[in-house]
Amino acid sequence: MGRYIARRLLWMVLVLFLISLITFAMEHAVPGGPFDREKKLPEEIIANLEKKYNLDLPYWKQYMLYLYDVLVPRITKGLPTSMLDETMINIKLGGDYYFRWVNLGPSYSSRSRTVNDIIREQLPVSIQLGLISMFIALAIGLPMGILAALKQNTIWDYLGMSVAIFGVSVPVVAMGPVLISLFGVLLKWLPPTGWGAKPPYILFFIPRNLFSWDFWKYAIMPAFAVGTGYSAIIARLSRASLLQVIREDYIRTARAKGLTERVITIRHALRNALIPVVTILGPMFAAVLTGLFVVEQVFGIPGLGKYFITSITNRDYPVIMGTILLYAIFLVIANVIVDITYAWLDPRIRYE
Amino acid sequence: MTTLEIASAEVPARRKTASLWADAFYRLARNKAAVIGGILVILLTLTALFAAQLAPFSYSEQDRRQTDAVPEWMLTLLPMMKPYAKISDKFLLGADYVGRDLLSRLIYGTQISLSVAFVGPIIALVVGTVYGLISGFFGGKVDNIMMRFVDIMYAFPTMLLIILMMAFFRSTFAESTPGSFAYVMNAIDRRFGGMLFIFIGIGITAWMGTARLARGQVLSLREQEFTLAARAMGAGNMRIIFKHLLPNVLGPLVITVTLNIPGYISTEAFLSFIGLGVNAPTPSWGSMISDGAQSIRTYPHQAILPALALSATMFAFNFLGDGLRDALDPRLRGVQ
Repeated sequence: MGRYIARRLLWMVLVLFLISLITFAMEHAVPGGPFDREKKLPEEIIANLEKKYNLDLPYWKQYMLYLYDVLVPRITKGLPTSMLDETMINIKLGGDYYFRWVNLGPSYSSRSRTVNDIIREQLPVSIQLGLISMFIALAIGLPMGILAALKQNTIWDYLGMSVAIFGVSVPVVAMGPVLISLFGVLLKWLPPTGWGAKPPYILFFIPRNLFSWDFWKYAIMPAFAVGTGYSAIIARLSRASLLQVIREDYIRTARAKGLTERVITIRHALRNALIPVVTILGPMFAAVLTGLFVVEQVFGIPGLGKYFITSITNRDYPVIMGTILLYAIFLVIANVIVDITYAWLDPRIRYE
Repeated sequence: MTTLEIASAEVPARRKTASLWADAFYRLARNKAAVIGGILVILLTLTALFAAQLAPFSYSEQDRRQTDAVPEWMLTLLPMMKPYAKISDKFLLGADYVGRDLLSRLIYGTQISLSVAFVGPIIALVVGTVYGLISGFFGGKVDNIMMRFVDIMYAFPTMLLIILMMAFFRSTFAESTPGSFAYVMNAIDRRFGGMLFIFIGIGITAWMGTARLARGQVLSLREQEFTLAARAMGAGNMRIIFKHLLPNVLGPLVITVTLNIPGYISTEAFLSFIGLGVNAPTPSWGSMISDGAQSIRTYPHQAILPALALSATMFAFNFLGDGLRDALDPRLRGVQ
């Protein structure tokens, strides 16, 4: 098992390296530079800017420098004042010495911020929205799936599965504007766009106004729009898995012992049937997070996804690269975790 | 698959003396939801094919006096528009912000969504199946290298990859020198209102799932006796792959790609929504929602109508896909 995990982690590093290479090649293949404006800047200024950000160097050198900045940790005296040298991880070692790691570079379009700043400010918003969406997906999908399985082929089953089809059939691009015009404009119950979380956040992403309506009134509509789609997946999965489990021999044994249906369902059936549901939560969260920019765009939420689209039009290379790498890390780690949990939960699976 | 399962799977087919596909069609026809979905898909296809005949106006014709016009009957549904709306019954569903007929644009919009719905799965099926078949059949080093490549592509956040790629196509190819490959591609793309690059973008991200599935199936099929028998009779690799293995893996593959169709449709809608999809003035429901969203506080119907059309189409394909899955592989009912 240890060897398997080590091998997977090594493979993960290679995949991330290749993704960064492909992204680098693709973003530089797009014509136009980050300093092209409607009103052209003087050539000397562009040359100076390009020199400052190393854009005058050959591509391979730029890429190597980027990798060096991201990967190589360093110990420095004091914290840097230059934005070009700002790192994600800063640990005080004692005295005036700091251990610093992961410099994702400056942002070309918003000059006062680095990519690290953007991630620190915008990723928490995406995580908040992602978690609330997942919660809504579970709150709708799980009871629906369980009910549909326990009352298979009844009106509950058909109703539940119809709701599930509704969930996957109405994409966020369609549901967003409808929700906005209904609850935001016509009824005026909820603010149509925006986000209510107030930084600074506790533990990186928990907003200080977590228990206030000011936070939730912005979160309900977008989270619902995302959540319904995933609730359908959860409902179908939990239904299928529960249907399989209640036909197992040990359920018949439990019945033969004279246990009540309630105890059988809760203690014996559900506990086993929910394993697949639990295991997909990880990759599902990764998928929710990396798919959020649809909803962020529709509802004007200042998350990382919305920023990514802007950064592509601005040719903001470090932001594009940073976002793609960050999301790729989420996806890769989620997949590794799933494979490991499967092996851990089901002793029949062996990875060698 | 054990011998017993193979035998039991073949019994009903023999009794009805129907082929696998005829049997599947029979089951499909008995599924009410699937039939409704199927009829809707046929209607949508007809709408797309005869858009020019059905639409009362052209999708790009602007009537400057009719900007944001609202038909009389709509005020009963959305009375809040009464104080400021320009009431005009020239257009059945009203006009958009530059005075183009909403109904005609909705009708032409089916062309975009439907072509994505048909081309997306075909790319996924053809590329993915050939890739998976080859990888699974040859196994060993070939399989290892081919599947590692799929793994890498899989680790890419799909939406980010498509967006990056669309930006790349849209600007790189547009500024290419006349006569080059990129220039020709761009010309074709412009001819089809921006559809070519959407197909390529969806195609590049859609085939991986099919490839994995096909490979997995082939890995188990190639060990079975009928493959050995074919080889003993002197069949070559290509013959075994395409004559013997392909028909066996096609069922599950068709199910998967059909179930993915709504995903392709919503991807196109989103790309057009953020302005990386079709070129204006080609009407895509996604770009119509995006236009309508600008005036959602004043004229909500401009965004809601395309949103409804988009959802109805996805409903139809979901119903049809679910029905097809149940019909082709009854054991899978409710799994996905």
